[in-house]
Amino acid sequence: MIDRRNFLKIVSFAGGIALAGKWTYESISQTVVEHPQQGLKAHRWAMAIDVKKCEQNPNCNKCIEACHSYHNVPKLDNPKDEIKWIWKEQFRNAFITQENEFLPKGMNFSTVLLLCNHCDNPPCTNVCPTQATWKREDGIVMMDWHRCIGCRYCVAACPYGSRSFNWRDPRPFIKEQNPEFPTRTRGVVEKCTFCAERLARGMMPACVEACPSKALIFGDLEDPGSEVRQVLSERFSIRRKPELGTSPEVFYLV
Amino acid sequence: MKIYDGWKIILGIVIGIAFFTMPIWLNLSSAQSKVKPKLVYPTDARQCIDDKDYMNHYHMDLLNYWRDSVVRLNMRYVVRNGVVLTHNGQKLEMSLTLTCLKCHSDKKNFCDQCHNYLQVKPYCWDCHVQPKEALK
Repeated sequence: MIDRRNFLKIVSFAGGIALAGKWTYESISQTVVEHPQQGLKAHRWAMAIDVKKCEQNPNCNKCIEACHSYHNVPKLDNPKDEIKWIWKEQFRNAFITQENEFLPKGMNFSTVLLLCNHCDNPPCTNVCPTQATWKREDGIVMMDWHRCIGCRYCVAACPYGSRSFNWRDPRPFIKEQNPEFPTRTRGVVEKCTFCAERLARGMMPACVEACPSKALIFGDLEDPGSEVRQVLSERFSIRRKPELGTSPEVFYLV
Repeated sequence: MKIYDGWKIILGIVIGIAFFTMPIWLNLSSAQSKVKPKLVYPTDARQCIDDKDYMNHYHMDLLNYWRDSVVRLNMRYVVRNGVVLTHNGQKLEMSLTLTCLKCHSDKKNFCDQCHNYLQVKPYCWDCHVQPKEALK
């Protein structure tokens, strides 16, 4: 028979051991080594495109050339087969829901740069049956070409036409292959990845780096001191089809 | 017991067995079967990512792990015990073209040797560019 005194002794001793065990466990589990991966990090990558600066050089295609040659994007002339990561389109086609009858002269026919919007609420990732495309924690809508089965649901879901499907074998249509980046095969969807592989090496996206007039501004939307946030707070910007609720992360400074 | 046309039937059975086991006899008799894959290793003796035996048997698992780490988890460097492995001062990336092929540059006399011997057709090269092919 245990008396009251002994019972309290045993209980307090057991409690002390349990607490000590908890502390040691916590101190050990804190020493887990973090993966030393470097590169540029963000919570929400975004891009601002200075339409006015871009307009000043209507024949400049440096960003498109830089992106497409770096990423082995094939050049197919038939618009049905065309593959594009970043491309030019007339304002009236790009901003189809801007129903302003009296825009400044020439604006409707001026060209703007289009690319994947890396939506905060991407409709393309929801429909992918193999999770070959998904939204990363840093906001990039990423693609895993190993997993893509070519069902083209994402192509149908994307309201911006940012995704291209390889109807043909792309390799013969790549002028110079960049061995550092893979090509794609027939039957795979591809699009801009905000140069995830370059960000991981601490470099800015190829288009941003190639722009001679610094019309492309890239950075973290959740960092109040970032260049994108600054330029967005200073100038008025529009986004493509924001009413769809996709919350595009590519802003056009007009 | 008497089998009608017995010798014909037995001859037929013998020929039949010989016919169906022909691949075995052909394989045993031909010199082809004794040919083993000949791998050409990089001439300058350097260390591989892992030991030879492991790489021989499990390089495909390693490459799959690399693929998932890089594409899915955005972890790009080869890490051992919390330290990024380096080679000539450069951090080693988990990359077929940027790491493996930098040393094993002769795909024909390395990858293809065993793959052809074992009749496996990995589709790595459908997308990943071999540096040599790019130079041509």
